Amino acid sequence: MSWVGRKLPRYEDPVLLQGRGRYTADLADGARALRFVRSPVARGRILGVKAPLGATVITAADLADVKPICARLDRPDYVLVAQPILARERVTYVGEPIAAVLADTAAAAEDLAELVEVEIAAETPVVTLDQALAPGAPQVHDAAPENTLIDARLETPDVAAAFAAAHEVVEFAFTSQRQAAMPLEARGAVAALDPATGRVTLTASTQMPHLLRTGIADALGMAESELRVVAPEVGGGFGQKMALVPEQIIAVWAARRFSCAVAWIEDRLENLTASAHARDQRLHLRGAFDADGRLLGIDADVLCNVGAYSSFPATCGVEPLMALADLPGPYRVPEYRVRARAVDSNTCPMAPYRGVSRPVITAAMERLMDCAAFRLGLDPLEIRRRNLIAEFPHTSVTGVVQDGGSYREAMEAAAGLVDIAAFRARQQQARAEGRYLGLGISVFSERTGPGSPAFAARRMAITPGFERVELAMDPSGFLEARIGSSPHGQGLKTSLAQLLADETGVAPDQIRVISGDTDRTPYGWGTFASRSLVIAGGACKLAGIKLRDRLKEVAAQLLEAAPSDIDLGGGRAVVRGTDLGVEIREIARTAYFQSHRFPAIAETGLSAVATYDPYGTFSNACHIAIVAVDLATGQVAIERFVVVEDAGRLINPMIVEGQIHGGVAQGIANALYEAVVYDDGGNFLSGSLADYLVPTMAEIPTLEIHHLETLTEASVTGAKGVGEGGTIGAPAAVLNAVSDALSPFGIAIYEMPITPQRIRQLLRDSRSSPQ
Amino acid sequence: MTGPTEVTFTVNGKRRTIRVEPRRTLADALREDCGLTGTHLGCEHGVCGACTILLDGNPVRSCLMFAMQADGVELRTVEGLAQGGKLHPLQQAFWDHHGLQCGFCTPGFLMLAAGILEQYPDIGEAELREALSANLCRCTGYQNILKAVLAAAAEMRQ
Repeated sequence: MSWVGRKLPRYEDPVLLQGRGRYTADLADGARALRFVRSPVARGRILGVKAPLGATVITAADLADVKPICARLDRPDYVLVAQPILARERVTYVGEPIAAVLADTAAAAEDLAELVEVEIAAETPVVTLDQALAPGAPQVHDAAPENTLIDARLETPDVAAAFAAAHEVVEFAFTSQRQAAMPLEARGAVAALDPATGRVTLTASTQMPHLLRTGIADALGMAESELRVVAPEVGGGFGQKMALVPEQIIAVWAARRFSCAVAWIEDRLENLTASAHARDQRLHLRGAFDADGRLLGIDADVLCNVGAYSSFPATCGVEPLMALADLPGPYRVPEYRVRARAVDSNTCPMAPYRGVSRPVITAAMERLMDCAAFRLGLDPLEIRRRNLIAEFPHTSVTGVVQDGGSYREAMEAAAGLVDIAAFRARQQQARAEGRYLGLGISVFSERTGPGSPAFAARRMAITPGFERVELAMDPSGFLEARIGSSPHGQGLKTSLAQLLADETGVAPDQIRVISGDTDRTPYGWGTFASRSLVIAGGACKLAGIKLRDRLKEVAAQLLEAAPSDIDLGGGRAVVRGTDLGVEIREIARTAYFQSHRFPAIAETGLSAVATYDPYGTFSNACHIAIVAVDLATGQVAIERFVVVEDAGRLINPMIVEGQIHGGVAQGIANALYEAVVYDDGGNFLSGSLADYLVPTMAEIPTLEIHHLETLTEASVTGAKGVGEGGTIGAPAAVLNAVSDALSPFGIAIYEMPITPQRIRQLLRDSRSSPQ
Repeated sequence: MTGPTEVTFTVNGKRRTIRVEPRRTLADALREDCGLTGTHLGCEHGVCGACTILLDGNPVRSCLMFAMQADGVELRTVEGLAQGGKLHPLQQAFWDHHGLQCGFCTPGFLMLAAGILEQYPDIGEAELREALSANLCRCTGYQNILKAVLAAAAEMRQ
């Protein structure tokens, strides 16, 4: 029986359940505490930094040899802005590190940081997109006129004709406020110098240990061999921890400079203020439809407020270029014009956050579909039926190839589960009683597991993509898999063990997956972009097949049979059709201790290496939300939330559902609650979890999840990625549902989050009683 | 500032005397003076609940208390849940029902749930949902945490 497809409990869990997991802050014992002095203003000139006498205070002047962070894109429109490790002459956002202090304890370091006097001549900042793009606006960086770091355009030949021929043109501006990934464990880094070797071990809460090693080694002019990066248990990342940040570079610099161990353990205020933000985006969207509701063309102007710098390695192109390439989503869009800009401002820099732009563009496209349906008198399902891609593979108008999926089937299945006709009757009755219910549909596709071709198309100078796996069986038959991906909660080790068990016959509890240690694992890109199961999983399968053949070679000799007649499974090799067999541990022992008998595997022994670098594969899903809006308070309660998703072959359905649960919860949070807020002066107003509202169990309803399995050939395991889909699809479903609920007031929602205050505002502005 | 002061409490059945600065939080004292790093710090301002422990049987935010306030009390942390190498029913249920992903919020949720179920073994689902909304999780969407606690409650009533 196959291990793939089983709801196997995770091997990761027992240690975490007993409080024995070691996160970065748990590994800071004995290290000196590193604390940052951060800019209290959004923009200004540094006049002076005064340190208390005798204190260890690091400023930009100490870092003359340290290179700034440079995230490169090979695009003619890209303006490279180097991010200093510590601010030198100017500060560009609240929270920007200006100085670092070292003290014996965390409390002493906090005290010391407070004693560092920073004198800044504050200037009027540019905070919002409108401020940054206003004619004559101050420039955040001299190198970037009009505060624009990327200005990307794409236009098919007949866009104008499509709009001229349109029966209906739907047009609106859609705004997403800035949001934060908010991993429950804030960031952290512990750097320790080994005086014997001069090497530094950096233990860091990161999603990308190898790339972190490269980035820090480049910044400090070290050989990569002088630095070991370890990702221990990591308490969530969601993209925020796939950036190289000044704090990590300083930690390694200080460990070398002061020959000691130093620990930077970020607090929540720092994490909310100065780690990384996302989703601060505005789209002006126009859709041309024919009389039957078929899309003729899309015209989009996408503006992304990317903050003060361009994060490494993803760059500030991560949101605008994703929007540019993926806006058409699951729909046939014959003609397309798009302009997508990265606009810098005196705010915290952006980094990828689960979904990257797609929660916003999906919400905008799905609002477009509902608005067009309303205008044309079509059912929301029907207009989608007429526009969803049905033939695969499909090459989109932007050149993206979408492999087989179940776009329409997923929608029909979700609609069937909800019984929309019954809901409409209930909605009518509720309205008569003064209660406002709404139903919202969201259909989307999600590029997952992108390999190097996808990132090369974005023209990233550092092009992520492949994953390599090294398998080694020891003489006791225990299998070790060393991977370059760096899971941090996804249960990847369990899923990979299931894949490897099926290929090698070794029981999954005899397989140990090693990750997150650059000394022990092959160079890889880490865990992000819904890539690890697809790419590291694919590499595991390919390496597993090689190892399987080597095991069969040995078993065949021991059992006096042909290798092609050997089956592996249940920890044994057996001759097919007989009860002749041998334990895998016996095979392993023999292979090591009688190696002279097996010249055919002399080169590798019982090890195997494989690399996988796919084009990428598209998952898809339909979300349907039913909400009730309380007119008096503006509160939105989600009564029902249904997901029908297709992530290809399910390796561990329990883990897949867990990913969707968490993703949908973050999507609901994006739609209804979470907003990072600056005032007009660039002051940060969301510095605590009492201000930045993360939903609790009381807000997230029971989620109903159903699966379709389109077994794609675009992934060697048949599995597609599933890490981000929940977050991508949920906001659109919720916003469409709220719009549906408030349609009697002529209210349509074009923003997220749609908070109670905003709903009350819209109701006051509508000044109409229900029609 | 007052200098370090002695404080004595029982943690997971063991009597401990530590010397702490008056400003040291109970969470920091547990993590750094007692070496019990299973208690996690997610916000240090009392919202996320990752640092939840049991104080004389009641769930409390250990980041919102000073260690000195814990003089003479009985504390329980996640390290004290499993007994004799056997997982507590809540730990087992979290494992069986995939009630954790990154695991950072898990000790806080386990201790919160332990406190609730010890005091209200027959608690209903709606009340449980309300009570568990005291803590934040960013990975699970809470679905399997609720399932796990309901399953553990049933198991513990046996």
